[in-house]
Amino acid sequence: MSLLEIDSLSLTIGDTQILKGMELSVAPGEVMGLVGESGSGKSMTALTAMRLLPHAARATGRVTFDGIDILAATEDQMCALRGDDIGMVFQEPMTALNPVKTIGEQVAEGIRWHTKVTRAAAEERARQMLDRVGLPQAKFPLSRYPHELSGGQRQRVVIAIACALKPKLLIADEPTTALDVVLQAQILGLLRDLVAESRMGLLLISHDLAVVTEMADRITILRRGEVMEAGDTARTLSEQLHPYTRQLAQASMHVPARARTHDTSQGKPLIQVEGVTRDYPGRRSSLLKRAAPIRAVDDVSLSMQPGQSVALVGRSGCGKSTLARMILALDRPSSGTIRFRGETITGKSEVELKPARRDMQVVFQDPYGSFDPRQKVEKLVAEPLHVLEKKPTRAERREMVAHALHEVGLDQRDMDKYPHEFSGGQRQRLSIARAIITRPKLVVADEPVSALDVSIRAQILDLFAELNQKLGIAYLFITHDLTVARAITDEVLVMHDGKIVERGKTTEVLDHPQSEAAQALVAAAPDLHRAIARKMQEQG
Amino acid sequence: MTLHIDIPEETLSGILAKAFRNTAFVTGFVITVLILVMAVISYLWTPYDVTKLIIADKTQGPSLAHWFGTDHFGRDILSMIMVGARNSIAVALVAVGIGMGVGVPLGAFAAARGGLVDEALMRVNDLVFAFPALLSAIMITAIFGPGAVNAIIAIGIFNIPVFARVARAGALAIWPREFILAARAAGKSSTQISIEHVLPNIATLLLVQGTIQFALGILAEAGLSYLGLGAQPPMPSWGRMLFDAQTRMVVAPWMAIFPGMAIVITVLGLNLLGDGIADILDPKSRRQR
Repeated sequence: MSLLEIDSLSLTIGDTQILKGMELSVAPGEVMGLVGESGSGKSMTALTAMRLLPHAARATGRVTFDGIDILAATEDQMCALRGDDIGMVFQEPMTALNPVKTIGEQVAEGIRWHTKVTRAAAEERARQMLDRVGLPQAKFPLSRYPHELSGGQRQRVVIAIACALKPKLLIADEPTTALDVVLQAQILGLLRDLVAESRMGLLLISHDLAVVTEMADRITILRRGEVMEAGDTARTLSEQLHPYTRQLAQASMHVPARARTHDTSQGKPLIQVEGVTRDYPGRRSSLLKRAAPIRAVDDVSLSMQPGQSVALVGRSGCGKSTLARMILALDRPSSGTIRFRGETITGKSEVELKPARRDMQVVFQDPYGSFDPRQKVEKLVAEPLHVLEKKPTRAERREMVAHALHEVGLDQRDMDKYPHEFSGGQRQRLSIARAIITRPKLVVADEPVSALDVSIRAQILDLFAELNQKLGIAYLFITHDLTVARAITDEVLVMHDGKIVERGKTTEVLDHPQSEAAQALVAAAPDLHRAIARKMQEQG
Repeated sequence: MTLHIDIPEETLSGILAKAFRNTAFVTGFVITVLILVMAVISYLWTPYDVTKLIIADKTQGPSLAHWFGTDHFGRDILSMIMVGARNSIAVALVAVGIGMGVGVPLGAFAAARGGLVDEALMRVNDLVFAFPALLSAIMITAIFGPGAVNAIIAIGIFNIPVFARVARAGALAIWPREFILAARAAGKSSTQISIEHVLPNIATLLLVQGTIQFALGILAEAGLSYLGLGAQPPMPSWGRMLFDAQTRMVVAPWMAIFPGMAIVITVLGLNLLGDGIADILDPKSRRQR
């Protein structure tokens, strides 16, 4: 018998149809993977199962959990279920924890509420649970606060809260999307063990096909609120009967076509970084004393040729974004020099930097945060024009913006819209339009596709490749995602603890990593081919 | 490749059309205009002369002859409210203007520079903040002499730290956002970024604070007038009228009710106007209406 059974569920919020005839079931001890792109209704399905829907939502159909009709249950019945029989793990461990309560209190809270045991007994169970998820008492006492933990450790706390009462069903909504690949592998392993130990049902929601393939016994593919295909993971993904399944699988393995690359051996280097170090002052421990400074970037040297595409890979917190900011002259190195086209840019004033600014631009990770919500596209995309020597007239400016929009595949009429009128993928196109409008020589892209759906991601990677060919722009890609590095770069630099530990041709480094850090990254990276092959063996 | 561009731009009349579909804005706008018109008319005509005392008519209730009744000197309350509107509105508006005009740039500057500059500016700010506003206003008017102009300046000075704080707090939340980093990467100076990106994003915050300070301004003016440091008799002001009514609340409640209503309606009108403007300025709300 199924633990969770969703039958012809339809959901509307206002006038918008979110789910149409949704079918899904999870058996005890089973991992069900729910895959879909953003807006497909994955999270709403999870919220329906917990009945945590927004007020305006209307659900029809049947949702039964362990024999209880969820849609008809009273609020009191639901409160008893939530956290006790159904646990939930959220995407963003930073916001899912209360910053002013200790981790012990937060884990014990649910235990005390549902079992009415004493505080001491609840804390004892919280301690056991935290120990189970890999946060032993000796190193992580209950009195720690969330901000004292790293992202991966926080997600372990969230899992401890969700699993503290041995729920029958655990719902994990993109549990590893905010983490780097190494942490992702660790968290997925933990979830897998917990499911096996207590025969929990796990509903794993993700946009990442490779992650779901590795984890799930069965898989449900959702698109615009409708189930496209459902069945055993291995069979569904190896046969790829449904066209949408095939489309998703191909998009996640997409490699843009690039005519072989610019000759990189000759000519003057575009960027030269020599012995750059960046220290941040340590935390003030008392009025006069400070802890030792934190070294974010440690004696890094590198150089890039014009037109070359280089990946800077590493785990989160390894200093790759700090290095990128220094190259863009948005942050000053503590020591060392950075030269752009042979000219030193470290320690120069904004006015002296203008010529350099014209030739280097940036694309950020978050397509939502990188635009001022109160300005129109015309003004936002035209922002870098400000560094040109001759200020363009208004008509010229509109002409240039229209041209840039055209180049990234957007309509020129879009220039009179506001950023919120665009989807995530379109916004990333906008930030690329903004980056290329001055015809720069170098574009630094900080995780430019990690917030995007797979099919959109494939399109954006194609666009990057095309612009590299057409305009000869050099790219510095900062990423923890090796598939991106493989797809679009010639050379890769592996960074670990502020140092560059390995460098070389992309395929060589990724196929035969030498350093420990590179090996860990390669081993942890989810790979759809590998995952399908493994599932085929397991499921026959 | 050339692209032909024929895109209609957002015109002023387009913005106005949007504004007048916004209920809050229209209501607030109508109330504010009515109050202003009333104040202007008072220069030309009032039902009765507010400087003439007719003791025989004192503390009469509302009637056809005196719509809002009369005060303890037999003056017509309606006429006094009309004349008082000049003073109260002028004091409160200019005081908010001074506070915003000086405080907002100060706060935005402190947030943009950070470090020692920020620290120093904010400590001076705290120093001004630490004095009870009304007490210091009394001090200023005591030094420079009583009168409406000095009251305006005194209240205005004590609005500065309020706006500086709000602007700085709002700006600090905007500065770490990625679009600011993008603007810096485009080579814009911090002044330009403050004007183009930070201020529009904290405008809502400042408008709301502005309406609150406006209401407080009317009350502060009332307090100063009560102490004889604001508008000088026989020039009426709403605050003065309220304080005069205080001791006669039981026998002549209309003396308190009508000036009180005038203050409430004015503040309400300005609040609605502020909300409406904030809505219209917010691009997200535009196309949904």
